[in-house]
Amino acid sequence: MKTKVRNFHQAKWDEPVIYELSSKGEQGIIMPDVEHEIAAEVGDGISKIPENMIRKQAPNLPELSQMRVLKHYLRLSQETLGADLNVDIGQGTCTMKYSPKINEQFATSPKLTELHPSQDESTVQGILKIMYKMDIFLREISGMDKFTFQPGGGSQAILTMASIIQAYHDFNGESEKRDEIITTIFSHPSDAAAPAVKGYKIITIYPNEDGLPDLEALKEAVSERTAGLLITNPEDTGIFNPKIAEFTRIIHEAGGLCGYDQANANGILGITRSKEAGFDICFFNLHKTFSSPHGCGGPATGALGVTRELVKFMPVPLVEFDGEKYYLNYDISESIGKIRSYYGVTAAVVKAYSWVMSLGSEGLKEVSRVAVLNNNYLLKKVLELRGASAPYAKGRHRIEQVRYSWEKLTEETGVTTEDITNRMIDFGFHMWSSHHPFIVPQPMTLEPTESYSKAEIDEYIAGLKKVVEEAYENPDIVKSAPHRSVVHKIDTSSLDDPSKWAVTWRAYLKKCKK
Amino acid sequence: MCKKKNMVHPYIPNSVPEVKAKMLQEIGVKDIEELYEDIPGNLRFKGVMNLPEPLFSEYALKRHVEQLLSKNRTCREYISFLGGGCWQHYVPAVCDEINQRSEFLTAYAGEPYEDHGRFQALFEYASMMGELLDMDVVNVPTYDWGQAASTSIRMAARITGRTEILISNIISPDRFLIINNYCRDVLEINFINNDKKTGLLDLNDLQAKISSKTAGIYFENPSYFGVIEDQGKIISEIAHEHGALSIVGADPISLGVLVPPGNYGADIVCGDIQALGIHMQYGGGHAGFIATRDEERFVAEYPSRLFGITRTDVEGEYGFGDVTYDRTSFGSREQGKEFIGTATALWGITAGVYLALLGPQGIRKLGQTIMQKSQYAMKKISEIKGVKIPLHESAHFKEFAVDFNDTGKTVKEVNKALLEKGIFGGKDISTEFPELGNCALYCVTEIHTKEGINTLAQALSECLN
Repeated sequence: MKTKVRNFHQAKWDEPVIYELSSKGEQGIIMPDVEHEIAAEVGDGISKIPENMIRKQAPNLPELSQMRVLKHYLRLSQETLGADLNVDIGQGTCTMKYSPKINEQFATSPKLTELHPSQDESTVQGILKIMYKMDIFLREISGMDKFTFQPGGGSQAILTMASIIQAYHDFNGESEKRDEIITTIFSHPSDAAAPAVKGYKIITIYPNEDGLPDLEALKEAVSERTAGLLITNPEDTGIFNPKIAEFTRIIHEAGGLCGYDQANANGILGITRSKEAGFDICFFNLHKTFSSPHGCGGPATGALGVTRELVKFMPVPLVEFDGEKYYLNYDISESIGKIRSYYGVTAAVVKAYSWVMSLGSEGLKEVSRVAVLNNNYLLKKVLELRGASAPYAKGRHRIEQVRYSWEKLTEETGVTTEDITNRMIDFGFHMWSSHHPFIVPQPMTLEPTESYSKAEIDEYIAGLKKVVEEAYENPDIVKSAPHRSVVHKIDTSSLDDPSKWAVTWRAYLKKCKK
Repeated sequence: MCKKKNMVHPYIPNSVPEVKAKMLQEIGVKDIEELYEDIPGNLRFKGVMNLPEPLFSEYALKRHVEQLLSKNRTCREYISFLGGGCWQHYVPAVCDEINQRSEFLTAYAGEPYEDHGRFQALFEYASMMGELLDMDVVNVPTYDWGQAASTSIRMAARITGRTEILISNIISPDRFLIINNYCRDVLEINFINNDKKTGLLDLNDLQAKISSKTAGIYFENPSYFGVIEDQGKIISEIAHEHGALSIVGADPISLGVLVPPGNYGADIVCGDIQALGIHMQYGGGHAGFIATRDEERFVAEYPSRLFGITRTDVEGEYGFGDVTYDRTSFGSREQGKEFIGTATALWGITAGVYLALLGPQGIRKLGQTIMQKSQYAMKKISEIKGVKIPLHESAHFKEFAVDFNDTGKTVKEVNKALLEKGIFGGKDISTEFPELGNCALYCVTEIHTKEGINTLAQALSECLN
């Protein structure tokens, strides 16, 4: 059967901003009231507040009955294209895989949701055990010696890496001298931005003609000022850097530490590990590789692991087991302190734990093998499209994703990556360009993961093919897209103009409805 | 895979052997192994990951995980008076319904077209928070209060071009550890004392320490001890006289009854939204907000995503997009402001649902109920022999310190005795604030009943006397 593109149209409710739905006197919920006896004993409660601290006017929140609130948000949800609804291979680097529903049941169980983090340890042995076992699993997967789940996302995990690197040099009395972090342009923007928060000067390595970080440039960059390296592998291009162990060796010889950004490790589970490549620290995004859902952009977890030598610098507390019970260990001699409150996004840990338990060792490898199979199949098909290319590593295979280029198509038709993105929406697909800066011209980054069937991948390709045909035959329809999404071409000019931008409804009313 | 040959895993459709073969043929290789050609042999992992035998059947997995979780004892099963950074409030059913919707739960970073709903929901969250806070700019939420406070402080340093921050010494020690790690390399952090009797900021100490190098003063209202600070206006004035900013950490659920910090001069307001419709989740439900006035010098310093409302090609249609994207690290890597990445968007949407459900009267009434119930609990506890409410001269919201020094028992002993009676006593702060001796921080919200509070008072009397 020939793969068809869908005659798709997204839900379009023309839903007003919630303030426009407000109707005086309505309310959405009644909260627990105070008992008469309490009121009789303490009075109205408010008069105890110092006069100058009593709010005189109730906040201007909208007033809606319960079903209206529900309906409004259900409509907004329908105007959002979640991974559960589309062939979500267009948000490359993000690892949009299936998040199993059974794991949601675990994470929304009152046995997790109704736990307070300061409860006595004897009452939280179940969740502590899950966290401890997940730590053990990740040690097996990475070769590291201890994990924390405290970082609330990949970028916060990168900050943690930079913090540990700094604490290490501090401990050795070298932090004054070592003020540079080296990263690469195809590593995540936060690999450059988060260490800068810690005061580091950032040196960025660009790719050589093979698309790999330039080893010669690295050699030139290292010095006695080098604190460490923060790098992904494969990078956003999906090309595995075969010289990675040489990179870590060079950094170590210069006295630095090596941090491995494994936010996305979806192509290499059980295939290659942080330890063998010589890294001192690594992290995995549980909301990417380990299936916890992305939640419109969190809650999330960057599970961070270190070698034995660096455990003493980790954030407090660590989850430990003494042979009888699980406990929180605050006795970390050179700890950086804390990165996030309490112990991290526990729901993501429970989901990731359950996901690993459902797959086992061979299953995890199968995840990676099939993710790589899917990616190389997709690569083959995309390269058959007119105007598409995959810069670097010509004729070679890729790991879990590919950064493509529409440069030729743009030259021939004037249709850009942004136009294609907007037109793909009309067929029910996401398509993502790339992180800035666009080193690859007119970029597109695709990552099919293990979750989508061949038929679904074929459907995505059929969508791209259709848009490419249009670009050559009827470019206007692409350039004016989307046509069948929630809204039409957005006027972004006001978003950089201080006199017009409006981040809240009240700002909008002041500026634009005058 | 695994021991069962040719088993096709339900999460991996293309593990079907025939499909695999077809795809390999299309690629032009014989084996998936060939696709890993770039990974050198010495980097290939040759061992076996020592993981438990997988539980392939969903039922087996369910039994396993539920059995683990069943070992937990929850705040639904016990009466809990724990707070101190994570709070038990009622979570309306609609909040859970919305954040469990597949569309929101599994969306990520689509464009403002096909993800229009995500943008609108977060814009509305910011809009409602803006009303609660009386501020015009609110960010897409960050990780938690600790991060929000850290970034607020760094924003103040960039705005003023100064390098010192003054922090009230009544602050959650955990939160301080976050701030300290985030700021210590570029800022000097100094503490301002609080009056021992009232728990209010010591203005003399502030006057003595503030200088022309001070970027800002950060204090919380209500404080970690639940004390309502009523000198906000004077504190802000002192800050402004010295060219520094006033930064206030606030509990948004208090703002139905308390004056929003912007009204007493705060330039940057931050805090946590966990109380607004998000379950505690053993500390997993946090999300931080940052709010300012709509001035370019403030907006330009946010590292966060800021979603703005605009128009489209079609008359009357709203569109949304990123305001000043280039200021973020997504736009400009290390040249951007701090960094941005996946944080807690779903909790932002949830808090928006919560505020829409409560409305102006609901949030006000809720604040009042919390005031009344916590005052009742303070009264009942203070009637117990040997037990004191050390800062009783000041007004409190939701939380208050309880002093057990005269009872001859440690907080640890008290809490152990309470635990046996099915009660989680207040958070032990005797190691966090050793100068206070044996003190605990109690938290009372709308979910507590008169019976529950009386049960606590009774249990305390029994275990102390």
